[in-house]
Amino acid sequence: MAVQEYDAIVVGSGISGGWAAKELTEKGLKVLLLERGRNIEHIKDYVNAMKAPWEIPHRGINPRQMVLDHPVLRRDYVLSEANVDYWVDEKESPYREVKPFDWFRGYHVGGRSLMWGRQSYRWSDFDFEANAKDGIAIDWPIRYAEIAPWYNHVEAFAGISGSREGLAQLPDGHFLPPMEMNAVEKAVAARVRERYHDARRIIIGRVANLTEPLQNRANCQYRDKCWLGCPFGAYFSTQSSTLPAAVATGNLTLRPFSIVTKVLYDKDAKRAKGVEVLDAETNVTTEYKSRVVFLCASTFNSTWVLMNSATDVWPGGLGSSSGELGHNVMDHHFRAGASAEVDGFDDRYYFGRRANGIYVPRYRNLFGDRRNYLRGFGYQGAASRVGWDRNVAELGIGAPLKEQLTEPGPWMMGFTGFGETLPYHENRISLDPTLRDKWGLPVLSFDCEIKDNEHKMRADMVADAAEMLEAAGAKNVHAADNGYTLGMGIHEMGTARMGHDPRTSVLNAHNQIWDAPNVFVTDGACMVSAACVNPSLTYMALTARAADFAVGELKRGNL
Amino acid sequence: MNPVPPSLLTRREAIARLSVLLAGSIVGAEMFLQGTRVEGKESTAGFSADQLALMDEIGETIIPATQTPGAKAVGIGAFMAMMVTDCYDDAHHAAFVDGLAKVDHAAQAQHGRGFVSCSSAEKTALLEVFNREAAQTHVPRGTTPHFFRLMKELTLIGFFTSEIGCTQVLRYEEVPGSFAGDVPYHPGDRAWFNRARATMS
Repeated sequence: MAVQEYDAIVVGSGISGGWAAKELTEKGLKVLLLERGRNIEHIKDYVNAMKAPWEIPHRGINPRQMVLDHPVLRRDYVLSEANVDYWVDEKESPYREVKPFDWFRGYHVGGRSLMWGRQSYRWSDFDFEANAKDGIAIDWPIRYAEIAPWYNHVEAFAGISGSREGLAQLPDGHFLPPMEMNAVEKAVAARVRERYHDARRIIIGRVANLTEPLQNRANCQYRDKCWLGCPFGAYFSTQSSTLPAAVATGNLTLRPFSIVTKVLYDKDAKRAKGVEVLDAETNVTTEYKSRVVFLCASTFNSTWVLMNSATDVWPGGLGSSSGELGHNVMDHHFRAGASAEVDGFDDRYYFGRRANGIYVPRYRNLFGDRRNYLRGFGYQGAASRVGWDRNVAELGIGAPLKEQLTEPGPWMMGFTGFGETLPYHENRISLDPTLRDKWGLPVLSFDCEIKDNEHKMRADMVADAAEMLEAAGAKNVHAADNGYTLGMGIHEMGTARMGHDPRTSVLNAHNQIWDAPNVFVTDGACMVSAACVNPSLTYMALTARAADFAVGELKRGNL
Repeated sequence: MNPVPPSLLTRREAIARLSVLLAGSIVGAEMFLQGTRVEGKESTAGFSADQLALMDEIGETIIPATQTPGAKAVGIGAFMAMMVTDCYDDAHHAAFVDGLAKVDHAAQAQHGRGFVSCSSAEKTALLEVFNREAAQTHVPRGTTPHFFRLMKELTLIGFFTSEIGCTQVLRYEEVPGSFAGDVPYHPGDRAWFNRARATMS
């Protein structure tokens, strides 16, 4: 087969890959966007997005066969009849768990940008400076000032709604108008702010849902079905936002069913010369050449491509010279918090289904607060009135039951902490020596766990949530640690970290592989620490920044 | 996981439901917990026409027609049969089927005829006994609940997620188009069809 040549190849079409394709094509490069899975076309292929509850056969309860077919997905709520086709076929693509690890993958055009939670927060210098100050792992090679303009850039295009708060630990951004809190959220927010003298603040979630129309996209219709794909294009996804922009340039070629098996390395030029692609349907192998390669295949799969690109020069994989490739696996640990009933608002209700909640920015280990662990956590939460599913055992039967359940029940409010995990060198992924996927390719083996720092933090995540609810006058407070396995947060980070020094990092400050500077890794693999805020917005900003740098370097003749 | 209409679920919502569950007050506590006892289902036998008729009547007694239609109008018997067959493990399946026999047996013992042939007052009285029994039965985690809890839960899920339940009994708005966080509520106003949420990401 004839070798095909492009200016740039982008591997993966999720949040990061979509941004890379948009930025590179808009700067005039001919781009090949490779996606290992099938295409999902915007609107047309959102097959369940317009269905009513009664049109989903089991109404949200998982049939046993579906559960059996998804031994990983079934570990958390993500498995659901309405969008099960958006998740990986686990039989085709297994992985090894030396220790338990939850890996929830989406192998299709758009990746997890179709199913993501859309919470979008900026990192601050508390995060970028944390490793250096704590003597943990290595320092970030960038600071907030370097990424702030890129946050502006991606927020303006993606459309992030939120409130300006003036908080140093959670910088304000280029926001669309915020969504509204409901009556109980407002009241609890006011009580918490007073009780903690503004050291803890409850704000509306900053979310990649449009509160005003943007470009050709409609504003949010408050259907709360984002995870099925939005026919209104009202939340950010590759399909709704970056892909159409890239297509509009005329510079994009999208190739689904294209498993990138390796980056092809030219040891004389010390550069990548392209990638090898295995067609997932035909099993035919093709080489594609390009001047730059952007790996945006999702955190662990970008690292998998590098590991699988081993040569006699780099037997541990491309980018392995530091010994850090595959190490420092991170996520956000969660499922610890509290919920309670809030009295006094029986005459208040809401209209519309807000696909967003409230957020409590980090307050631990900041501004003089000192705990027996490092770093901190934020809370996501919401208040709402309980529906027809309440107090079943206690209620009777017949007309009185029907009448009672026809009216809304009490208000409940809950907080769930999302905590930073530290980058432990020994938390690592590697190529499994024996296990193969459907295509005969080696798969990843996970040997990772959370440790003492995270466990201590979880105790605070539970206790603080309960304390805030009690301080706000809530009753029947139930606080719990519902358990967490690394990976469950679906905020995978690390394994090809950035750094100042090629001896201790895989990537430099511009996301270039030290060992092959025309290869950029801009998804979660590049992260040096995890912070406690949702990471996708930072991937967008780092990707746009790296794309700008790459094009500049091409023009300067450096790549 | 709790039974929740899938179109209403969002990422992280399960956490909220877990937290709420600890309060022990929500439909479907554990029978649908993912990952438990899903392997090795043997019972695949279907339900007879008599059993389906009985399930319709049980459902209608739990959620009767009033000014609005009841559970029979949404085909609750067939819904229960599908859910028991597709979603329950053997133990829950068996408990449900045994429960059907118990309901009929109680009707025979007290009124000399099957449940289906009893008057609605008799049906209600019969099921109220089982409802009290179920409410008073402590079910340790991981064991099978009282059969009537299963029937009641399936009835509520099937009814309130049906088109009739959502649109005629509760308030349904497929495309709200806007969000208002604080609107007045007057007693008697109907609840939204969607279920509560406490957290998300």
